[in-house]
Order: sequence, then C-alpha cells, then structure tokens
Amino acid sequence: MKMVMTGNYASAYGSMVCRAEVVSAYPITPQTSVVEKIASLVASGEMKTQFVKVESEHSAMAALIAASLTGARTYTATSSHGLLLMHELLIWAAGARTPVVMSNVCRANGPPWSVWADHHDAMAQRDTGWMQVFCEGNQEVLDSIIMSYKLAEREDIRLPSMINEDAFILSHTVEPVDVPDKEEVDSFLPSYNPRFKLDTDEPYGFGSLVMPEMYMEFRFKINEAMESARQGWRDVEKDFEKHFGRNHGGMIEFYQCEDADAVLIIAGSVASTAKDVVDKLRSEGKKVGLARMRVYRPFPVEEIRKLAGMTNIIGICDRSYTFGHWGPMAQEIRGALYGQTDLPILKNYIMGLGGKDLTPEILEKIFLKTLGLTEGLDAEIEWIGVKGHGGW
Amino acid sequence: MQKLNGSALKAMGVGNMVKKTIPEEEYMNAGHVGCLGCGACNAMRYTLKALGPKTIMSIPACCWAVMPGPFPLKTLEVPLLNTAFETTGASISGIKAALDAKGITDVTVVGFAGDGGTADIGIQALSGMVERGTDVIYIMYDNEAYMNTGIQRSSSTPVGAWTTTTPVGKNQEWKKQPKKNMMEIMVAHEIPYAASVSVGYPEDMIKKLRKAQSIRGPKFIQIYAPCPTGWRMAPDKTIEICKLAVSTGAYPMYEVENGVYKITHKPSELKPVMEYLKLQGRFRHLPQEELDSIQANITKRWNLLLKKEEFTQGLVDL
Repeated sequence: MKMVMTGNYASAYGSMVCRAEVVSAYPITPQTSVVEKIASLVASGEMKTQFVKVESEHSAMAALIAASLTGARTYTATSSHGLLLMHELLIWAAGARTPVVMSNVCRANGPPWSVWADHHDAMAQRDTGWMQVFCEGNQEVLDSIIMSYKLAEREDIRLPSMINEDAFILSHTVEPVDVPDKEEVDSFLPSYNPRFKLDTDEPYGFGSLVMPEMYMEFRFKINEAMESARQGWRDVEKDFEKHFGRNHGGMIEFYQCEDADAVLIIAGSVASTAKDVVDKLRSEGKKVGLARMRVYRPFPVEEIRKLAGMTNIIGICDRSYTFGHWGPMAQEIRGALYGQTDLPILKNYIMGLGGKDLTPEILEKIFLKTLGLTEGLDAEIEWIGVKGHGGW
Repeated sequence: MQKLNGSALKAMGVGNMVKKTIPEEEYMNAGHVGCLGCGACNAMRYTLKALGPKTIMSIPACCWAVMPGPFPLKTLEVPLLNTAFETTGASISGIKAALDAKGITDVTVVGFAGDGGTADIGIQALSGMVERGTDVIYIMYDNEAYMNTGIQRSSSTPVGAWTTTTPVGKNQEWKKQPKKNMMEIMVAHEIPYAASVSVGYPEDMIKKLRKAQSIRGPKFIQIYAPCPTGWRMAPDKTIEICKLAVSTGAYPMYEVENGVYKITHKPSELKPVMEYLKLQGRFRHLPQEELDSIQANITKRWNLLLKKEEFTQGLVDL
C-alpha cells in the first residue's frame, strides 16, 4: 500500500512487514519516531512483537544478540551517540554471527553537540563486522530492511546489517513509500529458523573462551561470510526486484557515469540533489556523473574499479572524516584502485558535516571544480564551506 | 561406642529413610578450571541442581566465563550464552523476550554474574531488567572482588580488605569504603524476591532458588562464594568460612519477599567477627581500632536487619 511517510516511519514499517519478533531500543534524537511508531504498532496489535524498552542502546544490542541466539528475528534503531555506545556490542553481534538488523539515523557526534546529518557515526563502525547500506530515499530505507534480513539470515552469511538514513533529511521528511503486505514479504523472506540456538533440548554453548590456535579460525569465517555478502548484495537486489518490481541501483548506483569527464561519489540523501545538478549540467553540455555509494560494507571493490574505467576525474565526497588521514570513503576507494592501470585523478571533498547545508549551488560548484582538474590536482583534499579554506 | 540418645540417632537418620536434601542429578560435569576450594564452583553446581535442565543461562566476563573450559569443551549441561561484562541483565532480558515471542513458557532464564559484573559495571543493565519486571533469575555470586582478573577491589569488597588495588602498604591503603549492599538496592526496586544464600548452606540455597523459580517477575539471588585464592585463605576452609560468615553476622542469610524480610539463619548470639576475619589473610594487616570499627558496623547492621524483619512482618497482612 502506498503511504506518505518519513524515513523513520519507513524504518518502523520495515520491521513490521518483516515480522521482527523481538525489538529492543532506546530513544535518541532523531531516531525517536522509529521507536514511537513501533510502540504504537505494537499497542494497536498491528505488530506482534516483544518490545523490550531498555535503559540504554548498549543494553538494546545486548538483548538483541541474546534474542537472536534464542532464534528470534530482531530489530533496533539508533543514532549517533547511541550507535557509539553500542560499539562493543556491534563487534559482539558480528562475532556471535547474529543477523540483527538495525536502522541508524546518521547524525553528527559531539562535542560540540549536533543533531544533524553526518556519516561519522556509521563510518566509525566500519570494522565491526556489520554490513552497511546508505539510503537516498525513504522507499530505499524500507526496502533495505527487507533485503537486509534476507541476506543477513543466509546460512553462509549470518552477519548483522545496518541501514543508514540521514538525520532529518530522510528521518523527518515525508515521501511516498510503497509498503508491501506482510504476506507479500513472507513469500520473499521466510521465517527465521537457525540451526543452532539456545535450546534446552540441545544445550550448546555460545561465545565461550577459545585458545589462540582457534580464534583466528572464527575471524577468518566472519571475513569469508562478509566476502560472500558482496555478491550476496548484488543477488539479493535482483531477487528483490523480481518480487517487488523495483531496485535501488546495486552496490553503487551509477547515474550518467558512462561517458562522464568527471564523477562525484556520494553516499546518502545528498545524492538526490546531486542527480538534479547532473541533469542541469548535462543540459548545458557538461559531461558529469554521479556514483552513489549504497553498500559501504562489504566494500564494492569491483564497482569502484569499473567506475575508474569510465571517467577521468573522480571527486570523492565524504560526509565524515578520519582525523589525520582523509575521509573514510577516500581511503577505501584509493585502496581499491591501488595497482590499477590508467587511474583517474582522485580528489577528496569533506562536506556537510553536522548538517552543514549542501545546496544545488554548492554541489554545482564542486562538480565544476572537479571538471576543471584535467591538468591535475590543486589539492588532495578540500573542506567544503569552511571559512578561509579553499576559497569558500 | 558412645551411647546416643533417641533424638541424636534420629538426627543421624538412624531408624528412618535418609531424606535426600540435595538433588542427586548433576548438570555441572567434572573438568571445570576453577581454583582449589572455589566457592563459585559450588555456587554453580547447586544452582543447576536446584533449577534443573530446563534452564538457559547467560554468563558475562567473570571467573565462570573461563571455568566451563575453552571451546569446544563445556562442563555445563545447559544452554549457555557468554555475554559482555556489563550486559547480563540485558542479555537475559533478550533471551526471555525471544522465548516469549516463541511461546516457550517452561524454561527458566538465569543470569550468573560475579560481584563486579553485578554491583559495578553491570548494575545499570540489572536495574533496567528489574524495573521492567522481567521474569528471570539474576544470580550474583559474590567473591567480593574482581577475582578473574586477579583480585582487584570491587564495590562488593568489604571494608578493610587487601586486594591488588587496595594493597595496604605503608600508607595503609586497604579498602576504606563499606561493601555495596545489593540486596537493599534490589529491595528499593520493589523486586518480588531477593535472597542471600551461601555455598556453606546448600539446602537453604536450593530451597530459595526453587522458590525464586516459582515466582513470576524478576528475582535476585546473592550467593556468598568464598575465594581462597583472593581471600588469602587455605582452600580447605571454604565451608568453615561460610559458617563463620553467618554465625558472626558478617554475611547474613535472609530473604525479602514483596518487601517482607525474613532472616533464614538467626544465631541467638553473634560470635565476635574476629573469628571470621582471622582465617583470611586479606584482613591480617588491620589495626585494633579498625577491627573494632568493623565489629561495631556488623553489630549495627545485624540489629538493623532484625528491626527490618520485625517491622516488615506487619506488612504481611496489608
């Protein structure tokens, strides 16, 4: 059924149509309307879920790991400091091979306090063993939850998945969203029934101490699963399209990249604005394109290499920063391209931190700057809009 | 042979079928890797005897995270979820929620955490779990310090004790603060049932655990579990020290059911606490005035407990 809703409601409905059996969450701005909506869906009887209203995000994730290992499908939502508080348990969730699915409303980390869009919270969880998707719109928020369960619960993957939606830009902005029936989702996503779980008839132990000769075996298997998930994302989206008649562009969505002289790589909601700017510049005869980084973990190495063969200049737009060494996407992309021949020029832009506005005008300026790099780089990195820096 | 009178013979079981007070079934197999004389070992053994095989247990970082043995070994015959140090209350909340979602109602969910994992780093998750009314049993086995990491003070370490982080020295840096009272913290949550038990009194422990199992809602059990290694005590003194802890009033055995206190082992007169302290090297440095202060505090707390019992009896019929 088509409804008009925020990204947060799309998250709540996503967990409902997937029949999440245990939800555990703690409120944080701007995620709150996810938990409020789930509470009201449970109260009205539309959602048959055990909702554990915990006293912290740390406990939310601990409870879900335990519930998942008891055989239940689990869901939570958080943001920013809540995600940071979970960090220990994020690693635990992946180590315990629990297919927990979580929405993260991407928000800046303090101090100074900020509640606005920024990818530092999510990207700082890169090494936890979670799959990560960055969404452009609210339909994608809902659909990525369905796809996440399908992939996360696969016997050879069993890894948690994080769906990232930008604070306010998606979380509190309404868009039309097609919410499939639960029965429709059932035909795509069967109920969760893991082979190993906490069960008094088969009293297994989970997460016990291992000696050094065993530990690496477990870590290797997590990585094998994550490597499988790379093709898994491509496959699950095709499968999803067959069932629901829409897709969201694969691991990286290429928009007007085929013959582009310059391409910007962007994750999250700003990609929408950038597509409009591409259209405008194309109409003026300027050959620019946009590559939208959709799946961040596992990292889409092949897609990045393919993109490098399509264009001469790439501007990597990070809405985050790893203090002391570029933006996180810039690092990853440069790493993926190392050793390839005929490389494009690569420039890193840091932009939109803490919700700093990214208007079509600003994006047009970045596109034009990038197009103008044919003679080589002016700087490896540029912070967009910081006073006294890069002529802004 | 010394002539025994009738009641003495009866007490020995002569002339009657001997009534077994501790279940024969074992759900903790041989092969744990605890220390000699470990009280936490008996705490687990009796807990599982009391609760039986339809039990799911979660254990955080603590001695018992190691004691079941390294993968693929496991001494325990129940499903076991290892969880992060501060998460026991949340972890068993998650297990219970999943069982509820699946409609499984005949399984007892138990958290089994040390005193540091309960009174310090895990107190938030425990408080949340109790406040939510979660139908589980939370067990704190109390060896009165971080023993798994090598005898560091916790908030459950009694005043006066030596630990590796209260090392005494010439500045007399023993633990200066009193032991945190977890039973009272639980009572303040209006928990349906809280009880202190001791591995020196297994029948009492089993009785209280089974009572806890029969009550809906959150239950808290605090097990006195001596640690000869950390208490600087001979490993054959574990049970003896349990008896002295009760007879001196240093560690009273009682239960609180819906706010009503009941002291379950009530010595007619407390022995001097020195009898308890002198068996343990962790107190050997204490000067007389500190010992006097400890004695005064234990007497005061005991009298307070007697008063609470007396006062709350009046609540029974309310």
